[in-house]
Amino acid sequence: MLTHLPILQVILPLVAAPSCMMLQKSRLSWAFTVLVSFAAFVVSALLLQQVMADGVIRYSLGGWDAPWGIEYRIDALNAWVLFIVTGVSTAVVAAARASVEVELGASRQTVFYTLYLLCFAGLLGIVATGDVFNVFVFLEISSLSTYALIAMGRDRRALWSAFQYLVLGTIGATFILIGIGFLYMMTGTLNMLDLAERLPAVESSAAVLAAFAFILVGICLKLALFPLHLWLPNAYSNAPSIVTAFLAATATKVALYLLVRFTVTVFGIDFSLSALPLQSLFILLGLAGVFVGSAVAIYQSNIKRMLAYSSVAQIGYMIVGIGISTVAGMQATLLHLFNHALMKAALFLALAGLVYRVGGCSLDHIRGMGRQMPWTMGAIAIGGASLVGMPLTAGFISKWYLIAAALDSGFWLLALLVVAGSLLSAIYVWRLIDAAYLREPEKTLPAAASGEAPVGLLIPTWALVLANLYFGIETSLPVSVTQLASAYLLGGAP
Amino acid sequence: MLLSALYNYWVVILLMMTGLYMVIAQGNLIKKIIGLNIFQTSVFIFYISVGKVSGGSAPILSELATAYSNPLPHVLILTAIVVGIATTALALALVLRIRQAYDSVEEQDILTRDNQC
Repeated sequence: MLTHLPILQVILPLVAAPSCMMLQKSRLSWAFTVLVSFAAFVVSALLLQQVMADGVIRYSLGGWDAPWGIEYRIDALNAWVLFIVTGVSTAVVAAARASVEVELGASRQTVFYTLYLLCFAGLLGIVATGDVFNVFVFLEISSLSTYALIAMGRDRRALWSAFQYLVLGTIGATFILIGIGFLYMMTGTLNMLDLAERLPAVESSAAVLAAFAFILVGICLKLALFPLHLWLPNAYSNAPSIVTAFLAATATKVALYLLVRFTVTVFGIDFSLSALPLQSLFILLGLAGVFVGSAVAIYQSNIKRMLAYSSVAQIGYMIVGIGISTVAGMQATLLHLFNHALMKAALFLALAGLVYRVGGCSLDHIRGMGRQMPWTMGAIAIGGASLVGMPLTAGFISKWYLIAAALDSGFWLLALLVVAGSLLSAIYVWRLIDAAYLREPEKTLPAAASGEAPVGLLIPTWALVLANLYFGIETSLPVSVTQLASAYLLGGAP
Repeated sequence: MLLSALYNYWVVILLMMTGLYMVIAQGNLIKKIIGLNIFQTSVFIFYISVGKVSGGSAPILSELATAYSNPLPHVLILTAIVVGIATTALALALVLRIRQAYDSVEEQDILTRDNQC
């Protein structure tokens, strides 16, 4: 059983999805999804433990050894991302029931959970596999279900955003496919390790450069890196609240993982940095994302949209970490990947509670809610503090590491700009706090608006909030894992 | 020499650019989907070109053949074709719903209707 963990991680939700379709009762399908997600979380925890203890796990599908068969290869990086995705997903789906009931109506719930499981399986597959074509297939599994999930939003705008995302997402995925084609043409292999071994021999050719460019642009589209982020705010703000929480916390993280996997493992960091001015490109685009994302977020009146733009900014920080291209920078990126998943999931789940009670999530809706929904607003306040990077929250730790990494490499201006970016995020978070605690509530809100979000939603939200606080103080787990992963990635100890 | 020997790659590039241009320039959602399809198809042709070994026969064992074309890209692209069909089906379904909700499949109409309310 233990030797089959890598495949179990992907197969479990993949098989669960059609089974979920057969459960006609919506409560039952919710319980089933929670169960599957939690089982996946246990599997990923076991995997992480195994990787930390014994190093890389290699699993050949169907007994066919790589490079002929498909290989699943779990190292510290994969195991870490799998752990994040399954953990956050469990919290999100545990909170989902009440919110989904209200936002989707009775008839579509089973379909919703089926799509959710499919998307979950796709994301886990992207992370677990060691085969580049498999990456494409799982990418499409998760993307197609994501489009459908977004289209389930209440507003008709959800349909339009889903369509826009579909067009951009398909172009991105097809770019990746073209890149993979070039790689196969030059090397005759699809296995990531094999590619890494064979690419140096042909890396001066234009085809490899083209492959690199196509894959980079394709992934950055999925990642919503600054100039390619246009699909993200619409998709996030119009999707059902639970979907937003899930996507914000996992989908972009997985895309970031792919970026790291391709630039560092497959192409090799030396090639990646020399083929294109990647270092300055990542740092500049990342910073542009931080400032533009935060600046636009300040002017949003829809809170989901505000946090969506803040996601663009936070992705910027992670990209900057990769751009520094030292072990410390990579570690900062991986830490922020974890912490951002925690804080955004907490924030968006709290917003789901607000939407459940009040029916919307603009700044008018949140006005004066500090007294009526103290727990929900408390979650938003602490999540926001973490977003800004206040000490004692998880956000502080990742920014601390990022600044330290920047200073280590002599980018002192970069360190200053990171601090300045945090100040910008403090402005929009303050707008939330100000509206929630210092304003009088709107008189015209429905009577149902008085009262707290349902307990089933509050418990997972607060679990995530407490995780934000816990990992802001006790950082041994994320720091040790990310240290191992980044040292392994950038050629330190295996 | 370059033009004639590698003409299949030029076809790929032409199709790819046509498709991308259609996705960007056309306002009609159905035309956008068709553009997306052409774009994806160009990649299929690209893969199939990659798999061809000049002088090689189909990858079926026979005494007459000494070289075989590489079957793997074909197998891969079979998967990609399925993905393409799924994407198209989903996109068409979305357009259907958009038409019900907005009573139009023109990008411009949808944007103005969204801004009205």
